[in-house]
Amino acid sequence: MVKISDFLNLSARENVERALAKAREHEAFHALLSLSEDRALERAAKVDAGEITGRLAGVPFIAKDNFLTLGDTTTAASKFLENFKAPLQATAIEKLEAEGAICIGKANLDAYAHGGSTENSAFGPTKNAHDQARVAGGSSGGSAVVVALDIVPFALGSDTGGSIRQPASFNGVVGVKPTYGTVSRYGVVAMASSTDTIGVLSADVEDAELVMDILSGQDRKDMTTLPDFFVPTLIESPKRIGVIKEFMTEDVDADVRARVTEYIEAMKTKGHTVEEVSLPMVKYALGIYYIVVPAEISSNLGRYDGIRYGARAEASSLGEVYGLSRDQGFMPENKRRIMIGSYVLSSGFFDAYYLQAQKARTLLINEFNKIFESFDVIVGPVAPTPAFKLGENTEDPVKMYLADIMTVPASLAGLPAVSVPAGVTNEGLPVGVQLIGPRKSDALLLALAKEGEK
Amino acid sequence: MTDISTSDVQHLAQLSSLQLDDHEVEALRVDLGNILGYIDQLSELNTEGVEPTYQVTDLQNVWRDDVIDNYDLGRDELLALAPDADSNQIKVPKVL
Repeated sequence: MVKISDFLNLSARENVERALAKAREHEAFHALLSLSEDRALERAAKVDAGEITGRLAGVPFIAKDNFLTLGDTTTAASKFLENFKAPLQATAIEKLEAEGAICIGKANLDAYAHGGSTENSAFGPTKNAHDQARVAGGSSGGSAVVVALDIVPFALGSDTGGSIRQPASFNGVVGVKPTYGTVSRYGVVAMASSTDTIGVLSADVEDAELVMDILSGQDRKDMTTLPDFFVPTLIESPKRIGVIKEFMTEDVDADVRARVTEYIEAMKTKGHTVEEVSLPMVKYALGIYYIVVPAEISSNLGRYDGIRYGARAEASSLGEVYGLSRDQGFMPENKRRIMIGSYVLSSGFFDAYYLQAQKARTLLINEFNKIFESFDVIVGPVAPTPAFKLGENTEDPVKMYLADIMTVPASLAGLPAVSVPAGVTNEGLPVGVQLIGPRKSDALLLALAKEGEK
Repeated sequence: MTDISTSDVQHLAQLSSLQLDDHEVEALRVDLGNILGYIDQLSELNTEGVEPTYQVTDLQNVWRDDVIDNYDLGRDELLALAPDADSNQIKVPKVL
């Protein structure tokens, strides 16, 4: 697969043209919603003229289409924003551009990043890079597929409950969901503010590390960002690894368990100690997630009113402008989550659902904290199955949500988690292993992943 | 499965500013019942005396100077995003 180093010290124009050609060649996967050819070539000319230099000079990349970018539309894969041209760029894009990287296009996603398969895109699903009859995973499905197809060496994604890690696992690429607050979310379409994170998908762990090094740090435009703590590192002493027992039961696909077990065995041979750990609260994590996150979604998506930006429905009264614009602009999954959010926040239900979920969240976090007193890192699968078939789970929202069961715990606790390729099933479908660490252990997780590549 | 009625769905739609058609109301009635049925499992947890978690940064009260910053965005640029605007104002249908 292509790496960042394959693009350095070459003509930026040729890099961009090569990536654009490859994107067009792979149109059948529907991984991209738009290409920003004009702006990309303009930036490339500046790099080639020596006006822009940096660690990613002339390296093409793709951003999930919920990152605001100049040059083309930012749709969040929704009808609401189908023709929306952002007046500003996300801080993450600005930081990459400042290092000479060039955004060549925008990747498909579940509308507003609500989903685990990219089938909720208003513009049609993305297909898995290894089997076009299967889902790309989601919500950053397009970002994972463009990396797996070698179109670009890395892509940006967002991860609220697994949206980077799960598609990374389904397509056999690296996916990094950092500690909550590591990367500025300014200029990224908000989903659930208490768990939204920005991260990277790449073919190579070292490339992910470089991009995280560039992206991390405080931003005055996002008050939740932490002072920069990310320093790339190497493994110099044996680590204490815990294997999450609840994620290795017989409910989990046998091939997935086998690949994860092999990965863990390889960690042992490198001198790390491995023990089983139990996190009884993870069985409640999905329930907590599908209360807290819809609550925040119902509030964050209140801004889409058809008044200030986005599509406005034909209507004769102001009330109808809101109601019809929102009905036409949102996908069914967006509506489900908004409605669940409205329900759990309603007076009468607030204590039983929202407050109970936030208390349960504390119990989950306490459990993680306790485990990390004795372990440096915990591991398990990223998802209970490899990529499922297109349409397999679309009729049953709860079944679709269950695909997130192994990724939401780290999100609720704000912990860093990395999805690393761990081989394929007998059918040739990629399987990912998930490394989860305490807050701010992002660099350690990547160091372990790097070691695992060798 | 939690029992959700058609009028429950209509009430939630109103709270959510969603003007749904009958087909959507029925589909959401079934889906919301199933989703609430799943999340109801939290009721079995004893959370007495547990503090709720609302955020997972260690940050508190991040201050900035009380100075207006328009983030390099001009009024005209923002008005251009509105579906309907006139004379530096966003237009909407009659309210009264």
